[in-house]
Amino acid sequence: MTTNYIDAIRLAMRDEMRRDENVYCIGEDIGTYGGAFRATAGFLEEFGRPRILDTPLSEIAILGASVGSAIMGMRPIAEMQFADFIANGFNMLVNFAAKVHYRWGASCPMVVRLPTGGGTRGGPFHATNPEAWFTRIPGLKVVSPATVHDAYGLMRAAIRDDNPVLFLEHKFLYRRLKDVLPEGGIDTPLGVARKAREGSDVTLVTYGSMAYYAVEVADALAAEGVDVEVLDLRSLIPLDEAAILESVKKTNRVVICHEDTVCGGFGGEISARISELAFEHLDAPIRRVGALDTPVPHAPALEDAFMPQPADIREALLTTVHY
Amino acid sequence: MAIKMRKTGPKDLAKYEPEFLLGLYRDMLRTRAVDDRIEALYKQAKLVAGCYSSRGQEGCSIGSTAAVGDGDVIGPMIRNLGSLLRKGLPITMVLRNYLGRSTGPTKGRDGTSHFGALEHGIIGPISMLASLIPVCAGAALSFQMRGQNNVALTWIGEGGSNVGDFHEGLNFAGVLKLPFVLVLENNKYAYSTPVEFQTAAKTFYCRAEGYGIAADYVDGNDVLAMYETTRDAVARARNGDGPTLIEADTMRMRGHAIHDDAKYVPTELIKQWEKRDPILLWGRRLRTAKLLDDDLDTQIIAEVKTEVDDATDDAMSQPEAQPGNELGEVFA
Repeated sequence: MTTNYIDAIRLAMRDEMRRDENVYCIGEDIGTYGGAFRATAGFLEEFGRPRILDTPLSEIAILGASVGSAIMGMRPIAEMQFADFIANGFNMLVNFAAKVHYRWGASCPMVVRLPTGGGTRGGPFHATNPEAWFTRIPGLKVVSPATVHDAYGLMRAAIRDDNPVLFLEHKFLYRRLKDVLPEGGIDTPLGVARKAREGSDVTLVTYGSMAYYAVEVADALAAEGVDVEVLDLRSLIPLDEAAILESVKKTNRVVICHEDTVCGGFGGEISARISELAFEHLDAPIRRVGALDTPVPHAPALEDAFMPQPADIREALLTTVHY
Repeated sequence: MAIKMRKTGPKDLAKYEPEFLLGLYRDMLRTRAVDDRIEALYKQAKLVAGCYSSRGQEGCSIGSTAAVGDGDVIGPMIRNLGSLLRKGLPITMVLRNYLGRSTGPTKGRDGTSHFGALEHGIIGPISMLASLIPVCAGAALSFQMRGQNNVALTWIGEGGSNVGDFHEGLNFAGVLKLPFVLVLENNKYAYSTPVEFQTAAKTFYCRAEGYGIAADYVDGNDVLAMYETTRDAVARARNGDGPTLIEADTMRMRGHAIHDDAKYVPTELIKQWEKRDPILLWGRRLRTAKLLDDDLDTQIIAEVKTEVDDATDDAMSQPEAQPGNELGEVFA
């Protein structure tokens, strides 16, 4: 049966809830309504309250209660209705959840689901890519699936992980990606990148929605004689540094692309590591492709100009190859 | 909400076991002795950094913590040293943390009483203290989900009660009728800021009405009143009747931390509250009830001193935290 990206997330949550009674869902409008994006549709009927917990409009309470119950051995899956809203609960994640194991040894196994990203005309408060707010916080894991298989596999791994995991699910991919999930589901370990396309001329390091465009761009360039290797990170923290370095040492050229804004984006960290650890293998400067350093604009033409487009990726790849 | 009468303890102590009543006294003395010891270690330049005294607020910690049991969870804030001790945490573990020892509860990674110990049912605070309110509501939620008849008890100051976590945590706990008790220790000063700069309201417990939850108001320096008020809130919580906000009237008798001489607090106010010291008040009542005399008092004080001396020796003999596994335990 064909499954789309958001259904894969839903199925992974459902299967884990069937397997482990400590797993529960908490968030706004997730029960009766089935979630703003329907990620928890049918859960209330199957699992009932309080395992499917509709909450007040209250991100601090959702995240705080997740932390407290996780410390007590539950495995909450908290939904932020839109990734942007996590800013309301920032302290709970970066100061409580992230530090509790390091400080006094308690585990905090919780997943925070973050419907992320643009392309849906969401504007400044419904289209943010918040990963770089968190990738620099020791103690938080950050993952971002770009395929139906990884949507399932990373969710399963995130739920089973004993740490707080931020799960960036891209809204643009929710119903665009379709695939067949194997019987019994899929395991996608955290911290292992996926080679989305084998290539020899240049490495394109990417994740999330841009991984979706990357293969399309790479395939088009192949017809023009440019052989692009596409590395989909899947997991930002922990980062599969070895896979990045291995690919760069093979192709000697690299472009990093994410939908997030460029300044302070996670691409800067990847770029720095390549410079430090593989400088002598580079035949061209590292290039970054990302969104403009502005809030996410609302009008179609503005948002399209703001977000990195396939043409931008293509141009960066060609510039790098011909450097 | 009408202004409540501040609760005080019962006149007749006969319904309690003497052992329980003396236990409250002993635990307040232990708390003060540990606070005094920490202050002495600071003055000997043996602490890693500063320290926070709970002097004058021992009744709040001991009375409220006496109302919960083994399976219950507490989330003590910085001035609830007594709650840690009453919950069974060995004194040496507190001292080891202040001294930055590798065998302490945080292995030198955090200081003061900033730690939890799940084996004792303790969830540790972070510096943004009110975050304990939604977190402990989450612990209460885990009890509710698992059908356990336990409660979560936490504390906040009148200063910390003004951040959003207080509102979101109590509102959430109210909606779900969680088995949750919040003691608000109104100790009159948040660092240098007096109560009247924190709120225009006459009381803090009146906020409970806005959340549709129970409230109470108690003399925080009367340890038995503190116990009885918390006991009733815990009973409501166990009975499925939801959370309670208890405002405890008390006074911070030292500065915010040891570096702070608190000259901004009027001397008269301190003098007035010195007469209401919780240990002094409780000792007097025990004597009136013929449960305590000079001999027993001397004996308890000596036993407490021995316990704190032994704990200090033990803590001082522990190795100082050293680099070695810095990255090893960021993740579980």
